[in-house]
Amino acid sequence: MSETETRTSERTDGDTDESAAQAQLGTAPVEEPPSGPAIGLIGWLRWFWRQLTSMRVALLLLLLLSLASVPGSLIPQRDASANRVAQFMKDNPTLGGIYDRLQLFEVYSSVWFSAIYLLLFVSLIGCIVPRTWQFVGQLRARPPKAPARLGRMPAYTTWRTDAAPKDVLADANKLLRGRRFRVSGGEGSVAAEKGYLREAGNLVFHLALIVMLIAFATGQLWRVEGGKLVVKGDSFTNVLPSYDDIKSGSLFDYGDLDSFGFTLDDFHSAFEPTGPQRGTPREFSAKVTYWEGADGPQKKASIEVNRPLTIGDSKVFLLGHGYAPVVTVRDGQGDIAFRGPVPFLPQDANITSQGVVKVTDYRDAKGEKDQLAFVGIFTPTFGLDEVRGPHSTFPDLNYPALFLSAYRGDLGMETGLPQNVYQLNDKAMEPFTTKDGDILRESLRPGETMKLPGGAGTLKFERVERWATFQISKKPATDWALVGSIAAVVGLAGSLFLQRRRVWVRARTDEDGRTVVEMAALGRSESAKLPEELGALAEQLRTTAPVAEPCHADDDAPAGSGETGPKRGDSSDTHEGAEK
Amino acid sequence: MNIALADNQALADFSRVLALSAMAVYALAFVAHIAEWVFGSRSKVARTAAALSPKKQSPYSKSVEEIRAAENGGGTAVLEKPKVVSRATVGGRPDLPDGPGAAGGDAQGDTFGRIAIALTGLAFAIHLAAVVTRAVSVTRAPWANMYEFSLTFSMVVVGAYLALLIAKKNVRWVGLILVTTVLLDLGLASTVLYTESDQLPPALDSAWLWIHVSLAIVCGALFYLGAVGTVLYLFRDGYEAKLERGGKPGAFSTSVLERLPSAATLDKFAYRVNAAVFPFWTFTIIAGAIWAEDAWGRYWGWDAKEVWSFITWVAYAGYLHARATVGWKGRRAAMLAIIAFLCFLFNYYGVNLFVNSLHSYSGV
Ligand code: HEM
Repeated sequence: MSETETRTSERTDGDTDESAAQAQLGTAPVEEPPSGPAIGLIGWLRWFWRQLTSMRVALLLLLLLSLASVPGSLIPQRDASANRVAQFMKDNPTLGGIYDRLQLFEVYSSVWFSAIYLLLFVSLIGCIVPRTWQFVGQLRARPPKAPARLGRMPAYTTWRTDAAPKDVLADANKLLRGRRFRVSGGEGSVAAEKGYLREAGNLVFHLALIVMLIAFATGQLWRVEGGKLVVKGDSFTNVLPSYDDIKSGSLFDYGDLDSFGFTLDDFHSAFEPTGPQRGTPREFSAKVTYWEGADGPQKKASIEVNRPLTIGDSKVFLLGHGYAPVVTVRDGQGDIAFRGPVPFLPQDANITSQGVVKVTDYRDAKGEKDQLAFVGIFTPTFGLDEVRGPHSTFPDLNYPALFLSAYRGDLGMETGLPQNVYQLNDKAMEPFTTKDGDILRESLRPGETMKLPGGAGTLKFERVERWATFQISKKPATDWALVGSIAAVVGLAGSLFLQRRRVWVRARTDEDGRTVVEMAALGRSESAKLPEELGALAEQLRTTAPVAEPCHADDDAPAGSGETGPKRGDSSDTHEGAEK
Repeated sequence: MNIALADNQALADFSRVLALSAMAVYALAFVAHIAEWVFGSRSKVARTAAALSPKKQSPYSKSVEEIRAAENGGGTAVLEKPKVVSRATVGGRPDLPDGPGAAGGDAQGDTFGRIAIALTGLAFAIHLAAVVTRAVSVTRAPWANMYEFSLTFSMVVVGAYLALLIAKKNVRWVGLILVTTVLLDLGLASTVLYTESDQLPPALDSAWLWIHVSLAIVCGALFYLGAVGTVLYLFRDGYEAKLERGGKPGAFSTSVLERLPSAATLDKFAYRVNAAVFPFWTFTIIAGAIWAEDAWGRYWGWDAKEVWSFITWVAYAGYLHARATVGWKGRRAAMLAIIAFLCFLFNYYGVNLFVNSLHSYSGV
């Protein structure tokens, strides 16, 4: 980030021209040492802004953001698993209270987490906008002329030739242009620069980060996500009252739900029949008919895990599935009090399910109004053992059975309090009992009927229907997040794999009337490729400006060559020109 | 259907036998590597100390003088290839020669080293066969649970190492450490993590499984090589610094560290590997997000695995920046790289085993 500073601090004297050679080789701002703020409000504000938009602080914020995300991965989050949060609160009331106050159950929407990424966002924009302008300016500028002492550049080579300086420079010019350098001539030297794409890539990367952050924030604020259980044959319409549960970002308006609907025509599942993974799901698919608008044309589609259905801006995901026993309840008068599928909720991998049949419109044998509830378990493949009682041994419908006990009394539906449809609030309910005084329990196979004592009615287990749960979600700017992230990778690759570098060639006539050619290269950062490239360029240039025979081998031996040459280390710091 | 299943079971068992055979050959390679180090210890070349000898009290100014000399004189007339002078910049220390490698220039040691590499190559071939038969037996990509992930992961690490060797890169110094960790990884995989051959649950059945997970494996394997380079860099750098201060490192550390490449070389190796992998790691996370969008309806949900991928990403980004920042070059940046790799490891083992995550596919 502050290559400039590195170099200057290493140097001792007379390095103004070297700094010039470095000038504008990148858009990285020179990192200032953290000094105290200047006096006055304006001075203080300026200091604050400079700190905020420095790369160092940006990285610090990024680091902070990643640290801040850790607790969310270790403490249960309300958003993902409200049940586990409730359990945690129950198990550790004190700690839970502290966590709750610190917003540790909703880390990713907490004030402190948001503060960090908002600051980061400001920091990025404050940094990237000036850099973009600077880069545009650099694109128009020419590479700076050769520094006085090329030998101080990180890569350097020199030789003598009999070709005229003018010709050498002309050749160098042509050679560098041929290699797609940007070239500018000067007095007795040529300056060239290449690798602007690195800067472009870097800018694209940082701009893409901004795009991603905006897309992410938009997605958070305007998202909406709800769940719905649909029994086969039933339909769903995308309006607020249709949902079993729904949550949304703070700026979403439920009136903006996309207008569409679908019917669940069929549901398929397949499970591993044998082996150690017996019962593991292999395939789920929900066949639906959907329409857009109030009553648009009907279309067929299949929704599978990993293959959501996209309708407009919304996506419909298949989340889960289960069984709904279809029952007919007749009351004490012999009238049908309830008829239809009742979804039972799976409790384990083999879909042992629990549920309640609630009957509100009921009259007993005497014709008095009352309410009924049948509570129990459904097993798609019935099994029985001592410990678990009735349970399912396989998730498919191989030997379905229904176990119910019956209650009468007040279901408590009129209180207006929200009720869990899958559980019975049995406070005001009284179980039916057998003649021995035990609670009445019966197991039913499809087609069988359970009789309530005293002519109180019957329940017939007709057959089994399937249901599926869907998640309907709409998250704006998802496309932008994708575009941003792809641009980020491309830009990142450019900024990491490309080198921005400068090459200078100087040719002058020495005391012996020979031409001394000097070449030097400078990059944004140290790289082994730089000397290699310079070597290859020099080799190319030597084809037209060949090395001259040394004239006085003894006293004029160039200090930089052979045995008197650089001895700092060996092979590793003198790079032979790239092999052809 | 059942016949096919039986076939697959036999193939899966065969794959397991292959994995165990590969372990046996890796164990032989391990022994050969040890022999290489032992025989290599007979040679006593204190090249580093020599390069840092008191004559070069102030190494940096010396090199500047030399460059000046080169500049004033100019001309390497007698050489055929242009000789390029490049300035030493790393760590303010002069460029030190790389160590001679584990064999330490000892002919017998070198023979053992070559045997070790040949054995590693053979073990790799068996290892590859184990992965392929596993893939065929489950008729899908062999990385849906931790056993398969570990099996494939170590295969890719060894493959990357061999590829670097073939490309004539100076990486023989990784050999012993690599074989040791591969043995540990395979040992762990075939005991604790072993999962019966099995097809995928629907949630894992996606083209993104191929892209996302295979990239994650390759990135992890290369990050691992980078991390080994970084750890060795820290040791070697400490050694060089001690010598520079005029200290006397112990005989054992001299014997071992003297044979490693110089700190500058190790640092450069680690940086290049990490920088090259970083964009791919970024893309791995993006591919995961695309998959999550398809599977769960949100591309980013701060699930534990996602959080730790993000943390790993930030840590590596921090490292890349630190490398280019004055006060952070060298050891401090190296610490960041190690932290980054530890995050990667935690994301794999820690999150799979200890954290309740949508990504818990360990099968253990
Ligand atoms: C979300 C926060 C940021 C991330 C993840 C990020 C990431 C990166 C990465 C990965 C690189 C490439 C590293 C390399 O070249 O070795 C980079 C380079 C750079 N970034 Fe950032 N950056 C962030 C914020 C900023 C901010 C706020 C600034 C403004 C001061 C900034 C300025 C730079 C500069 C000047 C470079 C070097 C360009 C070059 O080497 O040519 N970055 N950044």
